This record gives sequence, C-alpha cells and structure tokens, in this order.
Amino acid sequence: MSNYPKPDAATLLEIYKKAALIKQNDERVIKQMMAGKLVMPYYSPRGQEIIPSALSVSLTDDDYICTIYRGIHDMLAKGFPLDALWAELAGRVTGTCKGKGGPMHLTCPEKGMMVTTGIVGSSMPIATGLGWAAKLDGKNRVSVANFGDGAANIGAFHESMNMAAVWKLPVIFLCQNNLYAEHTSIAYSRVVEKISERAAGYGMPGVTVNGNDPDEMYGAAKVAIDRARAGEGPTLIEAMTFRFNGHLLGESGGYMDKDLYADAQTKDPMPILRARLVTEGIASEETLKAIEADIDARIDAALTAAMDAPFPDLAELKRDVFAEEIA
Amino acid sequence: MTEIKKMTIVEAINLALHDAMEADPTVLILGEEVGDVQEGGVMGVTKGLSTKYGEDRVKSTPISEQAIIGAAIGAAVGGYKPVAEIMLMNFIAVPMDMIVNHAAKLRFMSGGQTGVPMVIRTMTGSGFSTGGQHSDYLEAWFAHTAGIKVVAPSTPNDAYGLMRAAIDDPDPVLFIENLPSYWTPAPFTKTIVPIGKAKVAREGSDVTIIAHSLMVTHSLAVAEKLAADGISVEVVDLRTISPWDRETVIASVRKTGRAVVVHEAVKQFGIGAEIASVITEELWGTLKGPVQRVGAAYSAVPFSKPLEQAHAPTPDSIGVAVQAALA
Repeated sequence: MSNYPKPDAATLLEIYKKAALIKQNDERVIKQMMAGKLVMPYYSPRGQEIIPSALSVSLTDDDYICTIYRGIHDMLAKGFPLDALWAELAGRVTGTCKGKGGPMHLTCPEKGMMVTTGIVGSSMPIATGLGWAAKLDGKNRVSVANFGDGAANIGAFHESMNMAAVWKLPVIFLCQNNLYAEHTSIAYSRVVEKISERAAGYGMPGVTVNGNDPDEMYGAAKVAIDRARAGEGPTLIEAMTFRFNGHLLGESGGYMDKDLYADAQTKDPMPILRARLVTEGIASEETLKAIEADIDARIDAALTAAMDAPFPDLAELKRDVFAEEIA
Repeated sequence: MTEIKKMTIVEAINLALHDAMEADPTVLILGEEVGDVQEGGVMGVTKGLSTKYGEDRVKSTPISEQAIIGAAIGAAVGGYKPVAEIMLMNFIAVPMDMIVNHAAKLRFMSGGQTGVPMVIRTMTGSGFSTGGQHSDYLEAWFAHTAGIKVVAPSTPNDAYGLMRAAIDDPDPVLFIENLPSYWTPAPFTKTIVPIGKAKVAREGSDVTIIAHSLMVTHSLAVAEKLAADGISVEVVDLRTISPWDRETVIASVRKTGRAVVVHEAVKQFGIGAEIASVITEELWGTLKGPVQRVGAAYSAVPFSKPLEQAHAPTPDSIGVAVQAALA
C-alpha cells in the first residue's frame, strides 16, 4: 500500500464530511424507525462509512455506480439529494422514485446512481454493462459495482469480472467485505484467504485493503479509477470492514462472534478519523462540531419535508410499468 | 413499403438488425457467437453485422447468460439500445434474475427515472429431436411479469417489422423466434409492425383460432382444410403476446361466436388460460360454446420422434379442437 497516493488534508476533510453525513443519517433513520415513524426494511451501513467516502472523492457526477440494499452510504457519499432520499424512505411522492422504489431501489441518474438492487450479486452484471456504455461514450466515465462478500459467491460475480476483463471495461468491482453474508460468517463460504485473490483468475488486479482506513481506501480507489479512465480495464478491490448493526436492522446478531464484534467496535473508523483530523491540525474541534451541526440541520429539514409530503396517487400503480401507460 | 423479394425469417431478422444499426448508432448487439469471427451465430442470424459496424458495437460474449443480460441492461440504462441474444429459450432460465427482477422492473422501481430499452432475441421450437432442454416455449413466464413485452412473429414480414419496433421501443422486449419456420421463404415487404397489434391472418365466420408463431402456420393449414368441408375459420395471429391485442381478438370472436386458443407451450397455466378467460368474461352470453384451448402435453419435450410429434399441437390436433368448438 505504500506506493498508493494519499489524500491531502483537504481531501481527508472531504472524506470526513461524507462519512459524518452517512453516520448521522444512519442514526436518524434508526431513531425514526425506533419511534415507529418510518417502517421499512433497513440495512444499516454503520461501520462502513469510510469506503464510499474515500472512493467518491475521486468520482464525478458523470461516473456510474450500482449498489445494493445496504447501499445508502454509497449514495450519500456520491451526493444523493437528502430531500429526495428521505421522501423515498417515507414512501412519499416527492421521493426520488416517487415512493415506488423504497430503501432497496434508490435511483438518482443525475448523480450517476443508476441501479440499487435488492438481489445479492446483481449489481455486477449491470455495472459491467454501464462500463460498456461508458467506454462507447468515450467520456472517460467509470462504473463502480458495489457488493458484499456474500455476492462474491454467486455466478454473476465471476461472469461479470471475466466479461469486463475480456472487454477491458472501465469497471471497479468494489467488494465491501464486512465478514458476514446475511447471517453467515465468511468462514463458511470460501477457502481462499482473500476474495481479491479471485481477480487473478480473470487477469485483473485484485487488492485487499483496510476499507476503514481512509488512506488505504482512497489510494486503492484512486489507482483503480485512474487505471479505468486510462482504458486499462477493471480492478477488484476488497475493502475490509465491519457492520455494527447486523444484517437487517432489529435482528439480534446471535450468529456473530462476540470477541470479533467487541474488537471491531474498538476500531470504529468514525471516532478514529475524527480524532486524527484534530491531532493533525486539519480541522479544529469547533470546525468539526459546526460541520456536524450543519449536517443535522440538513437532515432535520429533509425529514420534515418528507413527512409533510403526500403519498403517491393510486394512479401511480399503472404508471412506469412501461414508458407508455397501458390499460 | 418497398417490395423486395421472397425472404426467410433468418434473412428478415438479419436485415432488420442491419437497418436498425445503420439508422441508429446507439443500437448494439451482444450474445454468444454473434460476431463474424464466429460466423454470425449458430444460425447465422447476426451475420455481417460485426464486419459492418465493428466489434465495439457487436460483441461476441463468453457463455455467460447473466453477464450478457446484465451488460445489456447496463448499456440500456446508460443510453444505448442493445439487442442481446440468448441462443435458445431454455437457456433464458439462467439469467432470469436479470430479466425479471431488473430489466422488467427498473422503470417502475425508479419511478420512471431509468428505462431499459433492450431486446432479448431467443430461438425455440420442437421438431429437431433436441429433447427437454432445447425447445420449450416459455412465453407465459414473461407475459406474467409486469414490465416486459413479449413478441413472437410467424412470418418474415412480421419478423422484420416487429424487430424494428422492438429495437425502438423504450422498454424491454422479448423476441421469440421459431426455429422450424426459420428457413421458409415468403413474400417480403419492408414495413414496421407495431407492438401490441394482432393481425387477422385469415378471415372466416364460424370460429376464431387465436395463435402465435408456428401455430399460426398450422392454424392456417387447418383453416384451409376445413374450408373444403364448408367450415369458415378466422385465424388471428397475436404477433404480440404481451400486452396482447384484446380488441382484435374480442372483435373476431364476437363475430364468429366460437374460439380456439392455440400455443406450442404446455397447456397448463399457459397464455391460453388468460385469453380464454378474458374472452369468456367479455363475451359471456354471445359465445356459442366454451372456449377451447390447445397446447403441448404436460411433460418436457421428449426426444423420441413419435413422442416429440405427439407432444406439441399439430394441424390435426388443432382440427380436433375446432370441431369440438363447433359441436
């Protein structure tokens, strides 16, 4: 990792701003759910904030990402509008998908968020196609496929990586390895030490990094993105991380190793990065507090607007099945 | 409307693809062996396209059905109009997630923000002793899925015209080609055939047969034979299976008072059940007898010749059903 580019002070602060937005947003979602004000399946990204934040600082709105049901962090990092997000979570017509997609199908094409899928392993084939489109467009766009360690075991993972490599597409396969596929520990689902080793089978670079470390994550993402933009083809990044709230919010997590969980909590990436910013003199405590207060205020406004918005008209049932409404 | 010559269905589809790629630079082709290095596919349907339009736009793929359909979806969401080939219809079971959960639903789940203007070409039909996994009709799976259109031409004219319409359609279209009718030359007129419109292939007054694909050819043969006995059969070629043209079908059955629905797919839970049911709902009181259904036996397609011939409807078995309708 030593030869990786490192984020400068301004970039590191930018990464923190994105990560703080993700964390505070997550806390607010959970609070709303606990209060019974928001009813939905929720897959908390708590603990995985750094990965998309350190990636997205090297992406533009033109770049494509596909993500999965646990993907709200990927979107917030890439700039998903908060108002439209909260309205969608609340099933309101002002939501980005008019309330018809919900938390597992968030879409925002103007920010490059083309597909969110609730099916494990399905982000990769579609991101590969977006990579083909990006290559044909000739605009140096890249396409990022986010997925978890569980998805690395479905056929589509292998098919997509092979196709992207054969066609030399600008795709970044980003495995956010949080050690659990739903309730199944990674120990039960693979014999190789690292998922990134599988890249060798498709003739592409594969790298495992500490996804909770902004330096490592930024560096690996930057190298892969630059490589894709230069027309040199896809990369597999395995970003090691941990999810603090289990699979589906509300489950007990009885399948999780207690020591591992306790150890992961001592390595919570958020307080670590925050303390580092202060120690290194990148931002003062006051500056960070102001940033966090501003985020809270933006979430407040989005939440209020969402709850005040109407539900979709029942006519929406027939709309968007096809481009043209069919009787 | 330019009269060209006699043409086969293979030639008509090939011409449609050529014309579409010529007219619109966003039209792409992908699939196993579709390039000219691989001789334009096992049946030669895509012959000449990669030579003329280049290997960026005409992509021969590995045998990776999930990645093929995923790549087509991604390219479609990214602004292109891909035509993906799944060589034989039975193989479509492999990328079902991509088709049913993604291609068919992204428009709805995104609240109309994204669309998937792609065509899936596939071939099928019994008669070649290929056994259980190479010749099924599976149109009902897709007709039952909201968000994907299903077409099945029975003539070279319709093959050309429906393919052009399917490529220009803003939504995913499954294009089912019948292998046994592939090489039968017929008079050809270059014209666009709108999706969703059935055709009265033969006028009659005693009974209506509603069919698609090869079953139209069989039904026309039956009608010809029965005409000698003084029975006047009207044949409606559905052309589009979903959304099907209720208006044309109902108008025909209202006129004749009797209906026989014919398809090569297994009869149980087939599209005949839907069509027969709607006819009954709409024309109860007008009908002169129960709507008859003809479909394949409830088994896999058998290998042994006599069994294979007894499995799918034939002109003879359709004739028996017409007589039952008239009884």
